[in-house]
Amino acid sequence: MSGKPRLTYCNGRGRMEPVRWLLAAAGVEFEEVFLETREQYEKLIKDGVLMFQQVPLVEIDGMKMVQTRAILSYIAGKYNLYGKDLKERALIDMYVEGITDLMQMILVFPFSPPEAKEKNLDSIKDRAINRYFPVFEKVLKHGQDFLVGNKFSWADVQLIEAILAVEEKIPAVLSGFPQLQAFKVRMSNMPAIKKFLQPGSPRKPPPDECYIETVLKIFKK
Amino acid sequence: MAGKLKLYYFDGRGKMESIRWLLAAAGVEFEEEFLETQEQYEKLLQGGSLLFQQVPMVEVDGMKMVQTRAILSYIAAKYNLYGKDLKERALIDMYVGGTDDLMGFILMFPFLSAEDKEKQRAVIVQKATSWYFPAYEKVLKDHGQDFLVGNNFSWADVHLLEAILMVEEKKSDVLSGFPQLQAFKARISSIPTIKKFLEPGSQRKPVPDDKYVETVRRVLRMYYDIKAN
Repeated sequence: MSGKPRLTYCNGRGRMEPVRWLLAAAGVEFEEVFLETREQYEKLIKDGVLMFQQVPLVEIDGMKMVQTRAILSYIAGKYNLYGKDLKERALIDMYVEGITDLMQMILVFPFSPPEAKEKNLDSIKDRAINRYFPVFEKVLKHGQDFLVGNKFSWADVQLIEAILAVEEKIPAVLSGFPQLQAFKVRMSNMPAIKKFLQPGSPRKPPPDECYIETVLKIFKK
Repeated sequence: MAGKLKLYYFDGRGKMESIRWLLAAAGVEFEEEFLETQEQYEKLLQGGSLLFQQVPMVEVDGMKMVQTRAILSYIAAKYNLYGKDLKERALIDMYVGGTDDLMGFILMFPFLSAEDKEKQRAVIVQKATSWYFPAYEKVLKDHGQDFLVGNNFSWADVHLLEAILMVEEKKSDVLSGFPQLQAFKARISSIPTIKKFLEPGSQRKPVPDDKYVETVRRVLRMYYDIKAN
């Protein structure tokens, strides 16, 4: 039994991807179990390991953790990516929650019906350009390398993940955001993140038809 | 400048209610500014008070905090309702995540059509009784303690009581079959700060009505209809 955290989820991004990012950024190796069939999922439920019958599930430090946010907060706290005091933590939480709202739109996008996809894409673009990116562009005008407290934190990891995810849908989205462009370069060059961005890392590709099919098959009500 | 906390939201539950619960449970006094017009909202927006252009917003300790979960975490930590270490905090976060998801089904209930309301009521009761209540029933049964985490009153207890009462408003006997939760409900309700919050005249908001829905739609210019889950 290794000491490594063990992640149980579908073989794709979904709600687990921020966890992969954060562990990778913290330089923590982890194992993954991929759900491929409904039977596997039902067995997990039967074994009582999913507190609310949902994944993500992360086994870490003797706990069977569910609820993505709880998992991420624990990892951030454990690996010193959560600021130095309560106020820095408050800022990190605010930034992360905002970014998560944007990422939520991207999360559900593959599952929207074809006729809604163009409208949804426009919404993502509108929110990114008019609500979220301007906030972080402004924050970074403080001239520091990182969002909070002049130190690398969970908020930086969440933001670089979101920038790259939005760019996959809207390639020129960062034009008009010079601070974010510089931030993206800086973060991408940090050794642990650089490694995660290379082929062969645990980073998952954008969701494709096969992934969507698998998810629907496993979790269909 | 008063040190008092100030909440900016509609005069109704919505996403702010969990914050009112937690502050009340911690015995912390707070002021409220209720959004009634588009102009008020636009003024807040133009003043740069809403980081992501949204409410809830809470002025606390010199910060204009937004994002409900961030606000709740800050209050929980500040008033020692967040466990004694990282692992207890992890448990509290997990439990609160569950009750948050459950209350999420109820959050948009007032905005649904009458027909969708009936469907959603059934969904709420089904989720509560098959996914969420059994999980907390088991936690309480397994350790036999008064509180969910670490034998100490925490944010998780406040949030669970809030969720229980909200589901009961949709189906009054929903706790039958959950003896631990019934006892929990009685215990937590009688904690002095919570008992006070449950009495008339407190800052607890009533079940959202059509007037509330109208206000939210007017202030946020919500022209679109919300669909059930």
